[in-house]
Amino acid sequence: MANVSLERITKIYNNDFEAVHQIDLEIADGEFMVLVGPSGCGKTTVLRMVAGLEEITSGILRIGDRVVNNLSPKDRDIAMVFQNYALYPHMTVGENIGFGLKMRKLGKDEIQRKVRDATAILGLDDWIDRKPGQLSGGQRQRVAMGRAIVRDPSVFLMDEPLSNLDAKLRVHMRAEVSRIQRRLGAPTMYVTHDQTEAMTMGDRVAVLLSGNVQQCDAPQNLYDHPDNLFVAAFIGSPSMNLYEAHFADDGTRLLLGSQSLSLPERIRAARPGLAAYSGRKIIIGLRPEHLPLAGPVDDQVLCGDVDLVEALGSELLVHFTIDAQRVRAEAADEEEEDQFAGRGAGVARVDPRLPIKPGDAVRFAVDVDRMQFFDPATTKAIWA
Amino acid sequence: MLASDRRLGYALVAPTVIVLVVITGYPLAYNLWNSFHHYVVTSGQPATFNGLANYARLFHGQSFLPALENTAGFTVVSVVLETAIGLALALALNRPFRGRGAVRAAVFIPWAVPTVVSGMLWKSMFDPQQGFVNYVLRVLHLPGGHVTWLANTGTAWGAILVADAWRNTPFMAILLLAGLQVIPSEIYEAARIDGATAWQSFRRITLPMLKPALMVALIFRTLSAFLIYDVVYAMTSGGPGSSTDVLSYLDWRAFLVQSDFGYGGAVAVFLIIVCLAIAAAYVRAFRVETVR
Ligand SMILES: Nc1ncnc2c1ncn2[C@@H]1O[C@H](COP(=O)(O)OP(=O)(O)OP(=O)(O)O)[C@@H](O)[C@H]1O
Ligand SMILES: [Mg+2]
Repeated sequence: MANVSLERITKIYNNDFEAVHQIDLEIADGEFMVLVGPSGCGKTTVLRMVAGLEEITSGILRIGDRVVNNLSPKDRDIAMVFQNYALYPHMTVGENIGFGLKMRKLGKDEIQRKVRDATAILGLDDWIDRKPGQLSGGQRQRVAMGRAIVRDPSVFLMDEPLSNLDAKLRVHMRAEVSRIQRRLGAPTMYVTHDQTEAMTMGDRVAVLLSGNVQQCDAPQNLYDHPDNLFVAAFIGSPSMNLYEAHFADDGTRLLLGSQSLSLPERIRAARPGLAAYSGRKIIIGLRPEHLPLAGPVDDQVLCGDVDLVEALGSELLVHFTIDAQRVRAEAADEEEEDQFAGRGAGVARVDPRLPIKPGDAVRFAVDVDRMQFFDPATTKAIWA
Repeated sequence: MLASDRRLGYALVAPTVIVLVVITGYPLAYNLWNSFHHYVVTSGQPATFNGLANYARLFHGQSFLPALENTAGFTVVSVVLETAIGLALALALNRPFRGRGAVRAAVFIPWAVPTVVSGMLWKSMFDPQQGFVNYVLRVLHLPGGHVTWLANTGTAWGAILVADAWRNTPFMAILLLAGLQVIPSEIYEAARIDGATAWQSFRRITLPMLKPALMVALIFRTLSAFLIYDVVYAMTSGGPGSSTDVLSYLDWRAFLVQSDFGYGGAVAVFLIIVCLAIAAAYVRAFRVETVR
């Protein structure tokens, strides 16, 4: 077992496109590191460089104490699960799983024993003599996992291994993959563009955008303390409500369209940086769950017109509009963004038993203590 | 499938089946009938039934067995040669490199040349005085610059093989390249990560996955090699003597020179049976599975 370290890793493809820009990442022994980000941000490229399938343009890649930049994949002692599984179609499940051992010239008996162990862990015993073409998507996914775990590698790499599964199976396999990884204890780099997978599986999550790591932290920290607008918008579903606000000259009130919120002294004290924005624009962020319906005594209130109500059983998602400018982060759900672009759309997560329907005018209580602030120019979060 | 769909299906394939029966089935049947008769068209005599006499002539006559031996030998050598070179070409053309499209197109040009034309072309290339081959050998001061290639049995076969390979290897390469292109690159990457060397991944991934394409290519090439006719006709006319005689050329002479439709028919039936056997043997040997 070993840790993996990426030091200023850069990838420039033959067409001069820089897909990955000086990435630093450290994956500790046994750690489950998720790489997440929108399509084309360079996740697969990073993984392929670690695997040795793609040449590293510059930077240093270490596995354990060894610099492995110039080692071929087979000498790096890694295993990889591909998005489309990349099973060998002409081999049985057993042969697929045992292929790596066979290439490493292990004895027949040993191969058979290890393959049996792997199929037992993955519940594939009954399919061991089938060919991949005769398996369901979930079973193929397991075979791909089996091929990775049977070799007991020092690093696991997985590129969106669950993205071809249906929603229910995905939830199931999510837990299964985590369980297997913990059991084997090898450091894992797991690529996904699904932020639920990122949140639920990762010990830490690295959020990528355009070949740069935006932030790398434990999932809850990413959620609670995003470093910038992109991370704030990308992590969380539905994503954070982001509005352009105007700070009143005295720095005590925020103007959101025709409405206003007052900023208590304790918040201004906790974040002295905010003072610099007096009389200027600032971006505020509110998670959907921090917008409960306002009671009669609440004074920090935003009024919105309800457009749509989604009842999810455990919660009610209320889509509303206010007359402030919504901020379009370079992120998240593009369809959703397009749909509401320009309008002051937002989402609140409220008690499912509330009788709210489209067309209602609703008052939301704003939890100003959990409100987040971002600089409109740099998009950096203002925490201090 | 619904019954009505099935009926529509039959109706749709019916015209093709009828055409096939008429243009393939009729000559086959006519040929088979001829082969059991004494029938020399130019003699003006009507065909008379003579049982297996034509078939007996195949094995007791002077020319059939040597021609069969030549044909079989040529088939084995040319198919092995063309498969090996074709596979190497296909593997090379399947790798990314600058100008690959142009090179691919260029490689396939010989295949677009009609066989008789390529035979004539190579005949002139192997001409002892004016030929390109000897010219090059002489200019480079290599031995063999004065060999009369087509006048000696061994060198004549060599020349025929070269001409045949020049024309047909591209065909082999096309089919195998198509087969290679359907193998996803991810599978090779998985194999690399699994620790396979280049040779292991060729042996364990490429070859098995190339099986269907290889089978089709081999059936095509083997059958057409077994039926070789035009290259021989153009280059040596079976000579020197009858040392490069082959079955199709012999059959051609039986029909068109001797007008012996009975004997010619028997040779043709023999060729058909061998071709069917070859195809069946390949299908059996490869046992291509329908599941992906
Ligand atoms: N071989 C290549 N040559 C040139 N550019 C490439 C190559 N492979 C990928 N790219 C580019 O590099 C960028 C990153 O690609 P990559 O496949 O790493 O993205 P990704 O984050 O995995 O995206 P997705 O979520 O869609 O899989 C993309 O803009 C892509 O177009
Ligand atoms: Mg990808």
